Amino acid sequence: MAGPGRGTGSGDATYRALVRPLLIPSWLVIGILMVLPVALMAVYSFLTKEFRGGVIWDFTLAAYDQFFLDRGLFGDEPPRIEWTYITIFWRSIWQAVLATLLCLLIGFPTAWFIATRPARTRGIWLFLVTIPYWVNLLIRTVSLRFLLRDQGPMNEALMSLGLISSPISIINTNLAVQIGLFYSYLPFMVLPIYAAVERYNFALSEAAADLYASRWATLREIVLPVVKPGIIAGCILVFIPSLGAFLAPDLLGGAKTFMIGSLIDEQFRGSQGNWPFGAAVAMILMTLVLIVLLVYARAQGRAPR
Amino acid sequence: MTAAVDLKNVVKRYGPVTALHGVSLAIADNEFFTLLGPSGCGKTTLLRLIAGFEDISEGEIRLFDKDIAGLEPNLRPVNTVFQHYALFPHMTVLDNVAFGLKMKGVDPVARRARAGQMLEMVHLSAFADRFPSQLSGGQQQRVALARALAPEPKVLLLDEPLSALDLKLRQAMRVELKQLQEQTGITFIFVTHDQEEALTMSDRIAVMSAGRVQQIGTARDIYEAPENRFVADFIGETNLLQVDVAAVREGRATVVLPGGKQIVCPASGTSSGRHNLSIRPERLTISDNADLMATVERVVYLGTDLQVIAHLDSGEPISLRLQNAARVSLPEPGQRIGLHLEEGGARLLAD
Amino acid sequence: MKGVRHYPGFLPLTILCLVVLYTPLIVVAVYSFNASTSITSWGGFSLRWYGEVFTGREAARFGQAAWNSITIALMAATTATVIATAAALAMVRGGPFRGRQASFALINLPLMVPEIVIAVATLIFFSTIGLRTGYLTILLAHITFCIPFAYLPIAARLEGIEGTYEQAARDLYATRAQAFRLILLPLMMPGVISGWLLAFIISLDDFIITNFVKGAGMETLPTAIFGSVKQGIKPNIMAISTLMLLVSVLFVTAAYLINRKGRQSP
Repeated sequence: MAGPGRGTGSGDATYRALVRPLLIPSWLVIGILMVLPVALMAVYSFLTKEFRGGVIWDFTLAAYDQFFLDRGLFGDEPPRIEWTYITIFWRSIWQAVLATLLCLLIGFPTAWFIATRPARTRGIWLFLVTIPYWVNLLIRTVSLRFLLRDQGPMNEALMSLGLISSPISIINTNLAVQIGLFYSYLPFMVLPIYAAVERYNFALSEAAADLYASRWATLREIVLPVVKPGIIAGCILVFIPSLGAFLAPDLLGGAKTFMIGSLIDEQFRGSQGNWPFGAAVAMILMTLVLIVLLVYARAQGRAPR
Repeated sequence: MTAAVDLKNVVKRYGPVTALHGVSLAIADNEFFTLLGPSGCGKTTLLRLIAGFEDISEGEIRLFDKDIAGLEPNLRPVNTVFQHYALFPHMTVLDNVAFGLKMKGVDPVARRARAGQMLEMVHLSAFADRFPSQLSGGQQQRVALARALAPEPKVLLLDEPLSALDLKLRQAMRVELKQLQEQTGITFIFVTHDQEEALTMSDRIAVMSAGRVQQIGTARDIYEAPENRFVADFIGETNLLQVDVAAVREGRATVVLPGGKQIVCPASGTSSGRHNLSIRPERLTISDNADLMATVERVVYLGTDLQVIAHLDSGEPISLRLQNAARVSLPEPGQRIGLHLEEGGARLLAD
Repeated sequence: MKGVRHYPGFLPLTILCLVVLYTPLIVVAVYSFNASTSITSWGGFSLRWYGEVFTGREAARFGQAAWNSITIALMAATTATVIATAAALAMVRGGPFRGRQASFALINLPLMVPEIVIAVATLIFFSTIGLRTGYLTILLAHITFCIPFAYLPIAARLEGIEGTYEQAARDLYATRAQAFRLILLPLMMPGVISGWLLAFIISLDDFIITNFVKGAGMETLPTAIFGSVKQGIKPNIMAISTLMLLVSVLFVTAAYLINRKGRQSP
């Protein structure tokens, strides 16, 4: 028999030590198929492009130079700031910010409304918001495009109602892309806020009302600060995919509504592609997202528990 | 005779925190033994060490003279009734009770029969095919008992099993548990923070505090003859008075009470100097033959008892309990009263 | 006084939210039953486009794409669920340990990085190690991004299962393996199933990453639909969309019911 307690193990401590190695498969898969590729992408952004699509292993800053600096058509002029890509980023950020705000404006009241339903009907409301969340995003975007077309059901309905005399052209505008982003990611806003409101202690609202706060003052002073983690989580979940969105701008927008996702996609299509440049744009996009996540993590860290 | 469970200098550390500081205990076969103490005193840790859910850091742990340190929980002939029962929610009551037998390789017919018997013993035969979530708290409690007793363990561990029940049920279960223990002849080790539970059921009680055993004894021992201040204070109510010890001899001390009167009382330890004297409130009476003089502050009505809260002339608070009998007069607030100390009603404490 | 839960205007906004979410889907579902060849005008009710999906000119192409999608989703969801279940056991039952935070971040990494970035990185990786893009590369990519989707419901479920159940089983003479198989696994099953269902749907839905790593000639349902839509929305696409919509609804309903049942039992 082994010595008392030492070396051998029967208890919880042993159990905990035994299950920890079960993390290894997830480390391996995500490490090899995600972390390593992202690291490799960073390396690619410093390589030289090959004209048939691909790379030559010569290190250069050409991709980032192309992104930020304009050296003229033949590359021999003094460098000026290249606005083309910065404009695309700026447009993407704006569209993502707007979509986030719009989703919040509709998503918060929806989440609140559902969370305050009696337990019996709450499930049904929640179920209704959850379904679109799991419906194929491509199909949803295609459906929206079908609806918004010049000769589509929306214009026909408006015309037959006599509200407009000729079809409104929405497709291929920034507005269409904005509607697309809002529509795509709205459920992402509702669900985390719902989770936060569901945990909210409504006695706090009653206490505020008891202390002479109006309904809206209670919302501003008590509810919003308390459910803030859910709101921020929702905003992140809408903002990040909106920033890198591909389907909404591609299917609903046009040349003037070009966003980061399409810019990256273009670099990897056929022989016209530029892999190092595409990798560099992806790196810049990821850096932006990382900054947002870090700000979020710090805000979470400071929040009272 | 071999002890059912024998602990020698058991130490349990969690990283830098020491939960048990060298606990030694010998629990006899067929005993109803209780570990009593406030939360965080180490009583549950001790139970989990015996069950095998934790490993001891130092010391020795023996079950019927067999060293079981490092032995897996499933290889120990010890079963546990968990605090919140831990009934398997996806199994019927019968399957829950039969689980241990199934794991021990008992054939299906025999284990169903045995589980049925166990359910009969706890008066739940009608509920065999229900799921735990369909039972009340008291019923779940009985299932947990039946499940733990079904494999006929040598020792049954009970981790505050009554804490989730309401008062009436708790009182009824105390009687039932005691009967069950006598009926089965299994050693019960019962963990609780409720002194009334401990006093009513146990053959012996170990009072624990801060990872140490403070005193082991029968209910009467620990109530009547507490060895230290913690035990005196934790078990029941007591008045602690600082007194001068004049002399100690053969376990009896001569002490000087506030007010100057000398009495002789039992003592734990043999030192002289200033020490705590423990006086149980029900051992004081109002009398002209006074050992102490006090002034009444309040009289609290408790139903069967009356509590008189007063202070001594020296300023120390003191309380006494009087039975609520048809009395001639109740003391009034502000009234000066003489207090008589019954023979053996006081005890000098070691610390 | 209607109580502190009531805010005027929240009900209309909720209804607006649902109208926004459902209108495009309902319109497409309705038009998929349009008898007319023109997608603009209504020509009466018909199932002709559903027939077209299964027997029409593009039936073979979409059939192959659907087969690829479903087989990939089955394998990816199953593999990801096994990996995620193991990870959840370690994270929830492993106690505090060094690298726990980092592991959590790693498992959720596929949720944090924009899809398009994952797509680019994965393509570059396969190209560098010389793995031909095709069925296998799609499968590998899908397994990776399905892990966090499977992980979250499984871990949530496991966190709700007290450790005392396993202890009780061990106390009643079960070995570690028996305690896992007979007690923990059945109890965490609802979480495992909903994790699998979500991973399956996520894999079935993916377009961006698949589009990058699929290689020429290989199609999944979303990439095939995308290619077709680029030439204009045809009625058979609406029929396929409606069918996929139906599959999603069925899956969410299943996940919802399983979860509800799971919540009731323990």
